[in-house]
Amino acid sequence: MILEILGEGIIKMTELLKIENLYVKIDEKEILHGLNLQINSGEVHAVMGRNGSGKSTFSNTLMGHPAYKISSGQISFDKKAINDLKPNDRAKLGLFLGFQYPLSIPGVTVANFLRQANKALKGDSVSPRDFRKLLYEKMDDLEIEHAFATRYVNDGFSGGEKKRMEILQMAMLEPRLAILDEPDSGLDIDSLKLVAESINKYKQKNPLVAILLVTHYQRILDYIKPDKVHVFIDGNIVESGGPELALELEKKGYDWLTGKEAIKA
Amino acid sequence: MALELNNEYQYGFHDSEENYAFKSTRGLTKEIVLSISKMKNEPKWMTEFRLKALEIFYKKPMPKWGNTGLLAEIDFENIFYYVKSSEKQEKNWEDVPKEIKNTFDRLGIPEAERKFLAGVSAQYESEVVYHSLREDLKKLGVLFLDMDSGLREHPEIVKKYFATIIPSEDNKFAALNSAVWSGGSFIYVPPNTNVEIPLQAYFRINTENMGQFERTLIIADEGSSVHYIEGCTAPTYSSDSLHSAVVELIALKNAKIRYTTIQNWSKNVYNLVTKRAVAHEGAVVEWLDGNMGSKLTMKYPSIYLVGERAHGEVVSVALASGSDQHQDAGAKIVHAAPNTTSVITSKSISRNGGRATYRGLLKVHKGAFNVKSTVKCDALMLDEKSRSDTYPTMEIDEKGVQIEHEATVSKIEDEKLFYLMSRGLSEEQAKLMIVNGFMEPFVKELPMEYAVELNRLIELEMEGAVG
Repeated sequence: MILEILGEGIIKMTELLKIENLYVKIDEKEILHGLNLQINSGEVHAVMGRNGSGKSTFSNTLMGHPAYKISSGQISFDKKAINDLKPNDRAKLGLFLGFQYPLSIPGVTVANFLRQANKALKGDSVSPRDFRKLLYEKMDDLEIEHAFATRYVNDGFSGGEKKRMEILQMAMLEPRLAILDEPDSGLDIDSLKLVAESINKYKQKNPLVAILLVTHYQRILDYIKPDKVHVFIDGNIVESGGPELALELEKKGYDWLTGKEAIKA
Repeated sequence: MALELNNEYQYGFHDSEENYAFKSTRGLTKEIVLSISKMKNEPKWMTEFRLKALEIFYKKPMPKWGNTGLLAEIDFENIFYYVKSSEKQEKNWEDVPKEIKNTFDRLGIPEAERKFLAGVSAQYESEVVYHSLREDLKKLGVLFLDMDSGLREHPEIVKKYFATIIPSEDNKFAALNSAVWSGGSFIYVPPNTNVEIPLQAYFRINTENMGQFERTLIIADEGSSVHYIEGCTAPTYSSDSLHSAVVELIALKNAKIRYTTIQNWSKNVYNLVTKRAVAHEGAVVEWLDGNMGSKLTMKYPSIYLVGERAHGEVVSVALASGSDQHQDAGAKIVHAAPNTTSVITSKSISRNGGRATYRGLLKVHKGAFNVKSTVKCDALMLDEKSRSDTYPTMEIDEKGVQIEHEATVSKIEDEKLFYLMSRGLSEEQAKLMIVNGFMEPFVKELPMEYAVELNRLIELEMEGAVG
């Protein structure tokens, strides 16, 4: 397994996600051109890049969106290839995608939706009563009113409410790798803080969880400290570094990296 | 969808008298009608009513709209128009089709109930429930009987209201029902009486409430309220191929009637039903109409808002599943008084080659000022072979009415499936969740046990919807 206790207080982080030489196309158009990336358990990675640089293609591909076809390369989770797994089977392994544009499901309440998802992922172990208690706790963390539990999923929600709902889903479903696709876009500063605090809280409770944060603003990284920052340009990672890279991007923009060679494995 | 007012409605609800062709009617004679009336020991006026209706039935052409192809296949000669329930030949449980037995199994329907639903037993053993209910109702002065007993025991009320809302001339099938009706419910609620528990046809024993030509009449007197539930979600097997009921509701001043139906007839059945209500001043009428079964259903619950501030509401839901099924359903609301309001919500699902049609009429008469109405039709198609049509008609003869109309036809989007599957649901579970959500506006209005059973039924219907 992932966790090896080597001695008191020392936890060895092991490989959780590995992407090797990944080529992805949608409608015959190639978007990702030979991507390489490794994320170990417990790490926080930020993927930054302009709109249209292939960030969303990347996160959708990781979750198994059927429209994104892998033409070559491999995605491994726990050292097992997951290229051919359906999204629900990936979810069962512990992947989660926080959507940039969450969809509405009219007629299905948030509570019912989460309960069924929880059941699909973890079996029917929690009583309805405990489940509701847990749900309310997590809602409180995100300052989501309890009334939202009986509202229909994302139906008539504001942009900010939808984003908080995605984080609520993450907190309830407890993934091992949370891919968060622009959890910060469209949020005012207060909502952004709440979302970031909730992500941090989840991370603190579950130190082995890995987070892949996709964003094009540095702002959220003031609250969530990444271990690594990667820069996406034209469907590839052209630069990787520590948190300082995000600050540099904030200052200098992306132009200085344009035309740089992709990082090899 | 563009809203066109006053357009010619090519699928009009009324049968025109011209161009009718005589249909051979050897299966139904004056002698049969007379003997039905005699056997029931009916008053003379009812015998005459039946005979007159028979003449109308002979003369009326078949509807020239709807699924005329399937309608033309009805063989009136091959129908038993009246079978006394005590003489009803009991079928054997062995003769009930296997798929229906399987569905009973999977819905967990109790043994006694299964036999009733399958037409094997003429009655459902709920005597105890019914008796205690009847005692409570008696104290309130509420009459809840089968229609035959209603006519026998309360002829003055029946005569006053019977066929006043749906005359025999209305359409060929209303005429047929008027000539040979048997069974159905008769309910009278006295003024200012609130019947708290829903009255269910299910509780009535030893009657032909699953009959072919049932006749229901509900009168809610001034300031009273009642909820009536008919039919059931479990499949109802019938060897009779034609079911043609007439249902009349009368909500007097400030009264409220809610009528809930779920039909799940076996797929050999033509379900051609005329349902109409009249709402007087300040009255409220609600039809909740769910259609899951039958070969062809043509049913458009109607409400005539004849008194000021009356309100009418129709929620019509249809599931058309398989190329042998056509649900032609909808609603009809007529605003004939000022300050009246109405809401029509139609939801249809078609899958596996099924056909769902919404047919609706909204009419505002001259002089009906300050009318408000909302019409919303949503169709969900689960595959390419299925079909969905919408025929909304509006006839607005008064100015300044406020009408909202919205119609959508949708498919299950890949993005939605991906969203739900990313949360761990299988493709089948994800589709079912979307379908259940779609049906929610109807299901949430149902009493709990019906809602649970309906959800399970949809689940069974949806099985194998993937791939």
